Amino acid sequence: MTKQVVPLDRVIIRFAGDSGDGMQLTGDRFTSETATFGNDLSTLPNFPAEIRAPAGTLAGVSSFQLHFASRDIMTPGDAPNVLVAMNPAALKANIADVPRGGSIIVNTDEFTKRALQKVGYESNPIEDGSLDSFHVHPIALTSMTVEALKEFDVSKKDAERSKNMFALGLLCWLYNRPTDGTVEFLNQKFGKKPDILAANLAAFKAGHAFGETTEDFAVSYEVKPAPMDAGTYRNITGNTALSYGLIAAGELSGLPVYLGAYPITPASDILHELSKHKQFGVVTFQAEDEIAGIGAALGASFGGALAITTTSGPGIALKSETIGLAVSMELPLVVIDIQRGGPSTGLPTKTEQSDLLQAMFGRNGEAPVPVVAPRSPVDCFDAAIEACRIATKYRTPVFLLSDGYLANGSEPWALPNVEDLPDLHVDFSTEPNHTLADGTEVFWPFKRDPETLARPWAVPGTAGLEHRLGGIEKADGSGNISYDPANHDFMVRIRQAKVDGIANDIEPLEVDDPTGDADVLVLGWGSTYGPIGAGCRRVRESGLKVAQAHFRHVNPFPANTEEVLKRYKKVLIPEMNLGQLVMLVRSKYLVDAISYNQVRGLPFKAEELAGVIEDVIKSV
Amino acid sequence: MSETSQFPSLALVPSADGPQSAKEFKSDQEVRWCPGCGDYAILAAVQGFMPELGLKRENIVWVSGIGCSSRFPYYMNTFGLHTIHGRAPAIATGLSTSRADLSVWVVTGDGDALSIGGNHLIHAMRRNVNLKILLFNNRIYGLTKGQYSPTSEQGKVTKSTPMGSLDYPFNPVSLALGAEATFVARTMDSDRQHLTSVLRAAAEHDGTALVEIYQNCPIFNDGAFDALKDGDEKEQHIIRLEHGQPITFGRERENGVIRAADGSIQVAAVAEVGLDNVLVHDAHAADPGLAFALSRLSNPDNLDQTPMGIFRSIERPTYDTLLRDQVAKSKASGKADLAALIAGNDTWTIN
Repeated sequence: MTKQVVPLDRVIIRFAGDSGDGMQLTGDRFTSETATFGNDLSTLPNFPAEIRAPAGTLAGVSSFQLHFASRDIMTPGDAPNVLVAMNPAALKANIADVPRGGSIIVNTDEFTKRALQKVGYESNPIEDGSLDSFHVHPIALTSMTVEALKEFDVSKKDAERSKNMFALGLLCWLYNRPTDGTVEFLNQKFGKKPDILAANLAAFKAGHAFGETTEDFAVSYEVKPAPMDAGTYRNITGNTALSYGLIAAGELSGLPVYLGAYPITPASDILHELSKHKQFGVVTFQAEDEIAGIGAALGASFGGALAITTTSGPGIALKSETIGLAVSMELPLVVIDIQRGGPSTGLPTKTEQSDLLQAMFGRNGEAPVPVVAPRSPVDCFDAAIEACRIATKYRTPVFLLSDGYLANGSEPWALPNVEDLPDLHVDFSTEPNHTLADGTEVFWPFKRDPETLARPWAVPGTAGLEHRLGGIEKADGSGNISYDPANHDFMVRIRQAKVDGIANDIEPLEVDDPTGDADVLVLGWGSTYGPIGAGCRRVRESGLKVAQAHFRHVNPFPANTEEVLKRYKKVLIPEMNLGQLVMLVRSKYLVDAISYNQVRGLPFKAEELAGVIEDVIKSV
Repeated sequence: MSETSQFPSLALVPSADGPQSAKEFKSDQEVRWCPGCGDYAILAAVQGFMPELGLKRENIVWVSGIGCSSRFPYYMNTFGLHTIHGRAPAIATGLSTSRADLSVWVVTGDGDALSIGGNHLIHAMRRNVNLKILLFNNRIYGLTKGQYSPTSEQGKVTKSTPMGSLDYPFNPVSLALGAEATFVARTMDSDRQHLTSVLRAAAEHDGTALVEIYQNCPIFNDGAFDALKDGDEKEQHIIRLEHGQPITFGRERENGVIRAADGSIQVAAVAEVGLDNVLVHDAHAADPGLAFALSRLSNPDNLDQTPMGIFRSIERPTYDTLLRDQVAKSKASGKADLAALIAGNDTWTIN
């Protein structure tokens, strides 16, 4: 008997369990099947900093939220329609986010007296009526998995560990997801351990079959593929896209990529990814500390490499002095900060946008550094190329400010045509560029290009161009040590002018103002693009007018920024910090921008932003 | 491609087209150390030695941190980087590992290398990056005007330690040996011949070479090494290490280093123990034990029994070579296809 299939426009599922329950893997697999099916999607992994936090505790809950739809979507969703709770802790930690009427699938095997007590449940919520306003599906996931695997030569522990595959199978049935990809994935992952492979496949199939047969699920659901532009797609996380952007920039510039890095959450995956692609000539150097990571990168830059360093906020603090040296030496260097909650160690696995002012000003002296910020996981690819373009063209360190939300979140990516990517070709100096009064031809390392104000890049091995670079102030032109007051004043100003001038070499600030007569502009930067966009969409759907603009370049701002800002009666700037962009915008443009902030380690919710936007619109 | 150097460590660095002179290695910058500074002698010795390497000048890079000695690159007519305090080994590592065709030299001091930059120094040595590190040790902070350094003798009275310093000093040679360095030597600013011979050996060495150079600071620590310089006295204090030779010292080579019954090494009169019982120096020994024991012989207070020369020089693959091999191996697989990388293995197409 085939059950009824109910069509839906969009669904938000949250898988939640212990950090050892494999929730990230389960979420990844479901995402992959969903991507292949052709839905638009967006994901939000959320996990503790502890690798294996004490089992069954609230602190150890790991979750993965997936939003998929038959139309285009911008966020991983505010509230899950379905919560899969593998234990009482997962239920307790997530129940507040599930709206009344939502579905909850619980693994009843884990709802023991002890497990309940551990998280402060005095009675079993599955039985005491406290979940009456939800659709609860109590399923003995663990014991059914063990039962399904009793014929297999695996330990009870291994059998129990396969319960996430049972849950995945069930959810795949429930939402009519394809299953081939997961079967293939398991074959690859456990190909060398046939017993484990067989157990996982069997658990997955058992979960699927359970959905088909149990009376607990009367219907299954279908979310039709979203209309998407023609093209070839894949699903990709921000950190992977960013890594590919760096490799692409190496190919486009003809320079070898050199990454100097020290492991730090949530940036380490870029080091992992790049280290796999040495066939492109990529060098990854895992340094003894953050300072050595950027130091090695800067040394490689002097040698003519496309130099990269990756880190998160605490690492930037350690790298600050070297970034200042790169500003002074005017060498290309891409500094990638995958922001996380701060200060200090803060919230290592949670997202935040609170390093903007550190990137802008966290150095001694006047040390301007361009700042580029991707707006989505996919955009990390293009933003990485753009950061490399600015760094090499202007011989300057460049900040690329991503964050934990973009780093680990994923979405479908319409693959770019490699031929359409920008040309980043770089010319090194090969000859003297200056004639002294006595007619001698010399090389002046600080004789600038009159248009870009960039200085020449002459690498060791170039005869006749031997020169010394240092952190001491240099004489304009010759680059010799200079303590002359007027020269220092000039050099400080010209370094600033060089960075300011980039404003004319970047795309203008685009405004999305469908009716063209909105009073309120919502302005953002970085990873808030999706939530702000979704918030604006809701506001517009309710009949109000609102405009949205989003910075990719935070330093310098695009040349038309002031003109855009002054077009609107009110400017609202939501940020996952206490108001850092708003400080820059207010001081630079004397605009009375309104700041809206949240630092909960999570992205904004569309509904929340919609409410804030509506309040501002009504106050005009 | 021009000819390459006779030195294995510099085999990938192009050779000069013809003979060079010391003068060619002098930059047009005015040298600005204090009158009488030991750095002048080292600079002259280095500039005098460079032509011997026979490398293209443009393929030589001097990298330094911060401190008096770190001004060195400005005075060399090669490529150079004067960077930030303590970080020269890290920055030089990036340059050396990304450019096989360069001869990379690091100049540092006792504060730069052993205080603020201690971490980078030890990791460069354990990795065996192909760097030649010249550590100018004057046992004082010069550029910040006279505070004690991590090599100052305990009890040193300085501006920051009016009652005497409390720290026990580092022995840079012991430190380097403990950090798995493959080449460790000690020499002196005023002994140009010895200094040059050590520089030569360091240049020949494939991997990190750590050369401690005792260097006099005439302003803040004048005479710190007089015990090793005084014509009459010095032979009583210096133990000259020569590979394959018995370790003897003194005006008449009347003292020798022997292995005592408890396993330690000691100084004894050769006449009493017999030359056959004097230890023979083996810089190439795989076990760093004897080299380490020798480094412990000297008295940090009066420099009595100070070994000079090459403590250790062994072969171990350089980080640079191992890294290049991995890249070459990956490149040889011939799979550097950007479009294929971007697409990955899991795509779908919408028409």
